Amino acid sequence: MTVPDLTARPIRIAIIGSGPAAFYAADYLLKPRARVAQIDLFDKLPTPFGLVRAGVAPDHQKIKSVTKIYDAVAANPNFRFFGNVEYGKHLSLADLKNYYHQILFATGAQTDRKMDIPGEELRGSYTATEFVAWYNGHPDYREREFDLAQECAAIVGVGNVAVDVARILSRTPDELAKTDIADYALDALRASQLKKIYLLGRRGPAQAAFTNPEIKELGELADADAIIAPQEAALDELSRAALDREKDPLTLKKTQLIQEIAARAPAGKSRQLYIRFLVSPVELIGDSNGHVIKMRVVKNKLAQSESGSLNAHATDQFEELPVNLVFRSVGYRGIALPEIPFNDRFGTILNQMGRVLDSTTHSPVTGLFCSGWIKRGPSGVIGTNKPDSVETANAMLEDIAAEKMFAPAHARAEQAAEFIRARQPNFFSYADWKKLDALEVARGAAQGRPRVKFTSVPEMIAALGRA
Amino acid sequence: MKIANILSAKGMNVFTVAPNQLLREAIHLLVQHNVGALVVAEKSDKPIGIITERDVVRAAAGNENFFAVRVGDVMTKDVITAAPEDDVKSVGQTMTTRRFRHMPILDRGKMVGIISIGDVLKAQLEEYEGLIETLNAQIAPG
Repeated sequence: MTVPDLTARPIRIAIIGSGPAAFYAADYLLKPRARVAQIDLFDKLPTPFGLVRAGVAPDHQKIKSVTKIYDAVAANPNFRFFGNVEYGKHLSLADLKNYYHQILFATGAQTDRKMDIPGEELRGSYTATEFVAWYNGHPDYREREFDLAQECAAIVGVGNVAVDVARILSRTPDELAKTDIADYALDALRASQLKKIYLLGRRGPAQAAFTNPEIKELGELADADAIIAPQEAALDELSRAALDREKDPLTLKKTQLIQEIAARAPAGKSRQLYIRFLVSPVELIGDSNGHVIKMRVVKNKLAQSESGSLNAHATDQFEELPVNLVFRSVGYRGIALPEIPFNDRFGTILNQMGRVLDSTTHSPVTGLFCSGWIKRGPSGVIGTNKPDSVETANAMLEDIAAEKMFAPAHARAEQAAEFIRARQPNFFSYADWKKLDALEVARGAAQGRPRVKFTSVPEMIAALGRA
Repeated sequence: MKIANILSAKGMNVFTVAPNQLLREAIHLLVQHNVGALVVAEKSDKPIGIITERDVVRAAAGNENFFAVRVGDVMTKDVITAAPEDDVKSVGQTMTTRRFRHMPILDRGKMVGIISIGDVLKAQLEEYEGLIETLNAQIAPG
């Protein structure tokens, strides 16, 4: 058997999306192997990193330091970034097949699940994702307006995103001014009239999805008292039994942190952050202007399913909360991509261990892959995307070895670049991003902040000195 | 982590066998699909049992002519099922303590998949790997 000269025919891979899942896949695929891979990473925004830039809270800069790992990936000569280039707008599936052997979708979970309750669409009721994208300076969300002239807000959900929203709403302007929060958001939050903030969990303390550092931090805010009713912090019998059985140290620590907060007397700070458990909204009630003024919640109790899961069941006890601002954060789902089979139930690309499946035959579609939240749905932390992407990358390498891939008519890197330039002359390379990055950091340094972000695409283009 | 997070990346195939099929056919299906269990169902929507490698071994141990036994006669009845919204941790705990290795997943009464203890372990392992990766990234020199 003769070994073909594979360096002469590199495998060219397009990755759609530039968040953690995209970078972890690129990193793995670029490791030295028999065949050289060239990777082009696309993002609809000029800037890379997905939720690390537009999701991770501005007061959690340490978490954003993961980007230095992505910088190292981008330094590989076989890696290129094309920002401001959108799949489905600038590039179609047929286009990509002309230039690449494989295509990997890593577009994340970009929208919120609905609560499916009456009044959800009232004014003053928002999704957590749009609020998060707004305060993080995402260009698509900078024009949103949030009515922060209200006194009482509720955040529905107790995942880390819900906690982020609660914390950003509870921080003082001075605390926020040290972060890279978008300037317009800082101004709006400076004028915030919020006094009471509710964080509402459907299940009990042991089942809350937030991680331990996040709940601990809520108990240490400069000018907001975290308040938990002792009876809601206490574990019910089923949760206690599950904890005794499973002995999971993280859950044990979490319930201890919650009980510590519950045992504390409020210190008379300006804002009160009420963390509630075992309640679900059933209706948002509006005033004559269609603005939310009340939330009706039902109290839940836990019941064990036959699989052992402790699930919330509504009781016949209701309560009304005087909230006039609502952020729902009850789960995320991906958005279907043009021409890519979608699993509507789970909000993910239809796939098997990262191989995209045909919607009729359920067998793998040659050349198409997915990783990250668009593959498995929202779960885990940033690093969880590494094993997830490695699994997909291994499937890609297996298919390459088996010669199962597209046969692009134009398989040279410069041909793809030429094509992309024709479709989107204003694409951003990684070098362009590094220039923007340096400018943002310099603007921040002048104010003692990690960076001051550019929040609109024209602004970014102008910053690079382009027309 | 939810069962849905595992199921999303498992494809949509649930391999079923009818109760009146022979064990010989069930064994072929297990091998053909490279799985350890088949859901026993008349139609594909509601499981009436499950047949696993263990059931096959048990049938073989007691009967020289086990190939010709009907699936319905050796399957495990009273199958415990889970829902997509159930916690992976609890499901794993239930499988471990009650000593079985497969759980069909029903979504509003309709069968949408099957989860094995291997799937649960893989998901939990990746969760821990992810935590370690994230923490390492935060302490790496910059």
